Amino acid sequence: MRDFMHISPRIEATGLRIGRNGASLLNVAHLVLDGPGPTLILGPNGAGKSLLLRCLHGLIVPDEGRITMEGVPLSTTHRARQAMVFQKPVLLRRSVMANLTYVLRRQGLGWRARRLRAVQLLEEGGLAAKARQSAQSLSGGEAQRLAILRALAIEPEILFLDEPTSALDPSATQAIEGLILAAARRGTRIVMVTHDIGQARRLGADIVLMNGGQVAEQARVGTFFTDPQSAAARRYLAGALVI
Amino acid sequence: MQDFSQEFMSAIGLILSGDSDLWEIVLLSLRVSLLAVVIAALIGMPLGAALAVARFPGRRAVVILLNALMGLPPVVVGLLVYLCLSRSGPLGVLQLLYTPTAMIIAQVVLVTPIITALTRQTIETLDAEYAEQLRSLGISRLASVPTLLWDARLALLTAFLAGFGRAIAEVGAVIMVGGNINHVTRVMTTTIALETSKGNLALALALGAILIFIAVTVTAVVSLLAPQERASEMRHA
Repeated sequence: MRDFMHISPRIEATGLRIGRNGASLLNVAHLVLDGPGPTLILGPNGAGKSLLLRCLHGLIVPDEGRITMEGVPLSTTHRARQAMVFQKPVLLRRSVMANLTYVLRRQGLGWRARRLRAVQLLEEGGLAAKARQSAQSLSGGEAQRLAILRALAIEPEILFLDEPTSALDPSATQAIEGLILAAARRGTRIVMVTHDIGQARRLGADIVLMNGGQVAEQARVGTFFTDPQSAAARRYLAGALVI
Repeated sequence: MQDFSQEFMSAIGLILSGDSDLWEIVLLSLRVSLLAVVIAALIGMPLGAALAVARFPGRRAVVILLNALMGLPPVVVGLLVYLCLSRSGPLGVLQLLYTPTAMIIAQVVLVTPIITALTRQTIETLDAEYAEQLRSLGISRLASVPTLLWDARLALLTAFLAGFGRAIAEVGAVIMVGGNINHVTRVMTTTIALETSKGNLALALALGAILIFIAVTVTAVVSLLAPQERASEMRHA
């Protein structure tokens, strides 16, 4: 149905543990993100989804455990090849265009090349008409689109997304899903947290279900939705409140 | 009452006629205070921003001290600057006492803590929003300072104007280190104090009116900018 290039880097996490005040917040024995297409991380609130995403991106250092990219321990060099989009878009208090040229300048692009690339990205995201506007004046959906375009501007090998559409209406969600799928087709590994089972079906190639800080199940999308192996996954898909 | 109304009319006359003495004093006041605030901003804004993003032992104590320094008594600052610049002081050799430069130094000492503390607060709030995103982009905490300063520019302009308001209205420190010398170090506040004591109310009233106009304008600009900042933050929330 969807053809994804299988060139995205392999991420492997082993023995990840994060605890606070005696409570275990994250306890992931082994997780490999290697298959083609987007990985969607599902699970209830407090399941450790966002924490896992931040660990994989290197924003949080786990108390214990090891994360590797292509077999090499995660470092700041890796982060330069990754990008993350947050639930609430964090846009610079500058114009829409300047939000893109800011990261492009860090990529070492000259003034003209930055502008050209920014315009190209804005056209791709349907924001070209708003290039000169203040980023603060964008609607929620537009702001999140800009945040994704800015993340894609660095042509990341891995794009982490933390519930990017949780506050958006269906048409804004559709626009964002379009951008994510396009990036996935170009070979960017997508690792995305969502609450929305429908979204996981639409976008996911690989599903990871988190529960209580642990990976309850990891499976290809077809298997996960038709033949879930874990009790947590069966209850989650049946619409039960998994706490 | 008759006398006061006459003095008031004379004051208006002085302002409207473009009295050279009056405008010389006004321009010197503006020159001294603007220069002092620019210098204080050049020191205070990067310092305040660095303090906002840096994490080190004793940081909390530094922040408390900085906030306390916002309330430095101007007369004490005047005394300290006087001691430094006086003939036998450590900077006496520069012969700056009773010059506009001495007044600028005193105002810089007074205003720098204000701008630093306000910058620290502003940048800390913005950093709470930006920190994770900037780290994700591979920007270290200290390297994020220029980005934070630029993006907080509107709020920092209010810090700048607050500093200017404080400097232009200052009297105690500048009279001590400037000496209130006619045509040399006489500024609006020191002239008002002197002329009032001499009974020359017209000049004092004229300068008072201009000073009030400047202070009100500055406050109005600050209040006009502040809601924009808040609105932009609310849209962002």
